[in-house]
Amino acid sequence: MSLLRGTTLSLAFDDQPILEAVDIELDKGEMLGLIGPNGAGKSSLLRCLAGSARTDSGVLQLGEQRFEDIPRNERARRIAYLPQQTEVHWPLSVERIIELGRIPHLEPWGKLSERDQQVIESVIADADLLPFRHRPFNTLSGGERARVLLARALAAEPEILLADEPVAALDPAHQLDVMAMLAEHCSQGNAVIVVLHDLRLAAHFCQRLQLLHQGRTLAVGKPGEVLTPDNLENAYQIHLSDRQDAIDTLLNITWKRIPR
Amino acid sequence: MLGEMRQSRLLGLLVAAASSLFLFSLLFGSQTIPVFQTLQETFDDTSSVLALILTEVRLPRALIALFAGATLGLCGAAMQAMLRNPLASPGLIGSASGAALGAVIALYFGSAALSQFSLPLGGILGSLGATLLVYLLAGRNAGTLTLILAGVAINSLALALISLLLNLAPSPYAVQEIVLWMMGSLSNSSMENFWIMLPGTLLGWMLLLRVGRALDALTLGEETAQSMGIDLPRLRWRIFLAVALAVGSAVSVTGAIGFIGLVVPHMLRPFVGYQPGRLLAASALGGAILLLAADILVRLLPAQTEIKVGVVTALVGAPFFLYLIIKSRRYSQ
Repeated sequence: MSLLRGTTLSLAFDDQPILEAVDIELDKGEMLGLIGPNGAGKSSLLRCLAGSARTDSGVLQLGEQRFEDIPRNERARRIAYLPQQTEVHWPLSVERIIELGRIPHLEPWGKLSERDQQVIESVIADADLLPFRHRPFNTLSGGERARVLLARALAAEPEILLADEPVAALDPAHQLDVMAMLAEHCSQGNAVIVVLHDLRLAAHFCQRLQLLHQGRTLAVGKPGEVLTPDNLENAYQIHLSDRQDAIDTLLNITWKRIPR
Repeated sequence: MLGEMRQSRLLGLLVAAASSLFLFSLLFGSQTIPVFQTLQETFDDTSSVLALILTEVRLPRALIALFAGATLGLCGAAMQAMLRNPLASPGLIGSASGAALGAVIALYFGSAALSQFSLPLGGILGSLGATLLVYLLAGRNAGTLTLILAGVAINSLALALISLLLNLAPSPYAVQEIVLWMMGSLSNSSMENFWIMLPGTLLGWMLLLRVGRALDALTLGEETAQSMGIDLPRLRWRIFLAVALAVGSAVSVTGAIGFIGLVVPHMLRPFVGYQPGRLLAASALGGAILLLAADILVRLLPAQTEIKVGVVTALVGAPFFLYLIIKSRRYSQ
């Protein structure tokens, strides 16, 4: 039984099809990379899975349950969503923002329990945010902000994390940091769907890739099966030379994070 | 440096300040009243002069200042949090002027017997209508500029319609009455006024009791909030309805008292660590404090004619508004 399953998901906006009969499946412990050119429908698909947009047709299931049958709050506890660009509208401190991640677990009037506090502490430590915990969000750098927002999503302890381009606009070291946090989340028995434009990161970190093009699935499978010269040409309009070393280069990252 | 305070401590301080001002407002005025004698007389004989001053003049005035001020502070904080815009407030986005229009229409057409109910009802409907119009005009993810422009448009429409009604008013006496009422005042408050405003006020407050956490979640934007289990359309309706009920009721009794809903949330935000949910209660108390203080100040001013409290809050609030604009301009550069 897969953790999350979407069948023939379709979505249109003003008669313009965004998603056409897309299937998606996610297993426990898996990191699924959603790739495809701009406008392929990756973000829309993620929004539907996150519950902030509705598909026009198709079936979404979490385990055995249909999405519609799961109470809002429970779904929010099980699926966390990290949108592409998250604005933080007030200059809250890092700690307060991460606390927001616990909202799905709280009673309307309840305070943060000891357990909530523990989760928050461990998330702050894991994301290397201890020195920043009292800093206002708006004084942080791009890399720090990305880590804070990811930590907020992880603080919900979701079975499934949906991350929309979490490494966009980050330098190589910070990209690896964020991807490592996602991989760590998967290794704890959870699962991640991540939208990526960096095909090398996708190939390196994801067990499976799903390539979307014009609202349809063009290919899905292991990175080596999806990132073929043909698929890249059709989806991205880029030409990859057929030589084996070109494909090897695409599938491997040749740099590593220096441990701090 | 102003920093975050523990919520219990902050609310304790604000409650202490609000209750002292409330007591001061009861005891202070053109006629100084001796505390113990008055209390005694009030219990012994409710028709004595001192007792009448206390229960018929001072008490309703202080109660209305307390409740209307709290409404304005609370609603300002709620709207700013919902629209994620520091300039959203009942005065700026039309809720107050809409309420004024509704109340004037009620005053104008309402028969004397009905006016008790028609006044707050007119205020509530006017407030709801104007707020919704601004919201529809500006769109869901309105930027500051769009929202303010929509507010300006609806405010001027409401004022134009009020002017039209004044223009057509049968007697100059009615005109004067409406104009004075519109300046926003707490003098001539009666217990009857207070009872008129109470139901809508309490209903509005009750609707806002449980929105704190959802407003916190909205700090991260609408999509994230929805993914965190917040029912956004329901939240919006709840807040619009609450603001319309509470502000509509308050304005129909006090007239337009501007800027409290704008200024108070701003002043208190650093003390609650910028958390919108925590700000609600603090801002309600802050609004009550500000209006009680302004009303006491009005009584202290040595003027032949009493200065209206709405005039005072506007005189203090408008420069603060300018300061906010300058600050946000610098911020965006």
